Amino acid sequence: MMTDTIDVQQLAFKNSLFEHKLLFKSGVNGIVGRGPVLVELMQALHGMVDKESKKDGAVKVAFPPVVPRELLRKVGYMDNFPQLCGSIHAFSGDDRAHLKLSETVKAGGDWSPHLQQTDVALTPASCYPLYPTLEGTLPENGVLFDLNCYCFRHEPSNDPARLISFEIRENVRAGSPQQVQQWRAAWLDRGHDLLNGLGLPVYLATASDPFFGRGGKMMKASQKELELKFELLCPIWSEDEPTAVASFNYHQEHFSHVFGIHTADGEYAHTACLGFGVDRLAIGLLRKHGFDLNAWPASVKSNLGL
Amino acid sequence: MEISKETLDLVKSIVAKNGELDREISTVGLSDDLFNIGMSSRATVGVMLDIEETFDIAFPDDMISREVFESIEAISKAVETLKN
Repeated sequence: MMTDTIDVQQLAFKNSLFEHKLLFKSGVNGIVGRGPVLVELMQALHGMVDKESKKDGAVKVAFPPVVPRELLRKVGYMDNFPQLCGSIHAFSGDDRAHLKLSETVKAGGDWSPHLQQTDVALTPASCYPLYPTLEGTLPENGVLFDLNCYCFRHEPSNDPARLISFEIRENVRAGSPQQVQQWRAAWLDRGHDLLNGLGLPVYLATASDPFFGRGGKMMKASQKELELKFELLCPIWSEDEPTAVASFNYHQEHFSHVFGIHTADGEYAHTACLGFGVDRLAIGLLRKHGFDLNAWPASVKSNLGL
Repeated sequence: MEISKETLDLVKSIVAKNGELDREISTVGLSDDLFNIGMSSRATVGVMLDIEETFDIAFPDDMISREVFESIEAISKAVETLKN
């Protein structure tokens, strides 16, 4: 029954966000537009991360919200998260095939049989397109990047904090195991303090990615055991089912093996990334402090530069 | 627990077929750690599904773990448990 209650709460809050024009409806669960207040809030959240990454000298780079399909093949995305993937298909038939496609579309049918797979897919995580660019030997102190992208994960829900198209603001560190582990360990506290400063009652927990299927259970268990993923959880809807608003992920040598990334002393580099679910943070803040940003606590406004 | 030779042989052949091991199955001991010789988690799912079909059993959620699938012996023990 608890789940029903949360679902009802989420739907009610989402409808209220629509009514107040914080969000625009698209007609599909998980796809929303942002009204002016939310645009301002998202900019403020990015501004807050900007300040932190600048302190660390993170290099800002940007990639589009589509990646080569080959990239997903190389990182084993379909082995692990086939249920989340947004594969892009396009029409490349002749006039006769076009007529059949039009007919199907007009009738409201499934048009996928008329399309062919393209070389691209929707970006599932902001950091993926970065790793192939790191091929070769890293400088002695490793590297640190700052990036943001619209990501796609097909998990439609009533929860306005769980979209299927959303931004993940990331920092990525690559270097020796020690450099990477130290960076991530420091961010666990730093991330907690940063979000606590927004009045969000977040707390840290070991976590796992949503690996597909029954085999995925094994992957989840081993990821937790090795403490490869930590999340900052925020009880946006309930204490029992908190929402992850940030994650800190240690990939060990996974991406370095795939893309040939080495440290200055010739070893395989280690990598880690942190991701802020900025859309989720925005929803968490609106839920916690209300829809009028001017009426938010002074300390929160100041930390967000509002 | 008693593991029948028939179970061991069947499990071994299923691991050989689906396990994607780095080594010839004839060189793999019953208690060798399969994850150390190349069995990926994806390959483990192939092993699990084939075992379920062959023995007409179903692994409950709490038995889907690395320990249960780590060796031919461990898998065979699980099969005997589930058969009973």
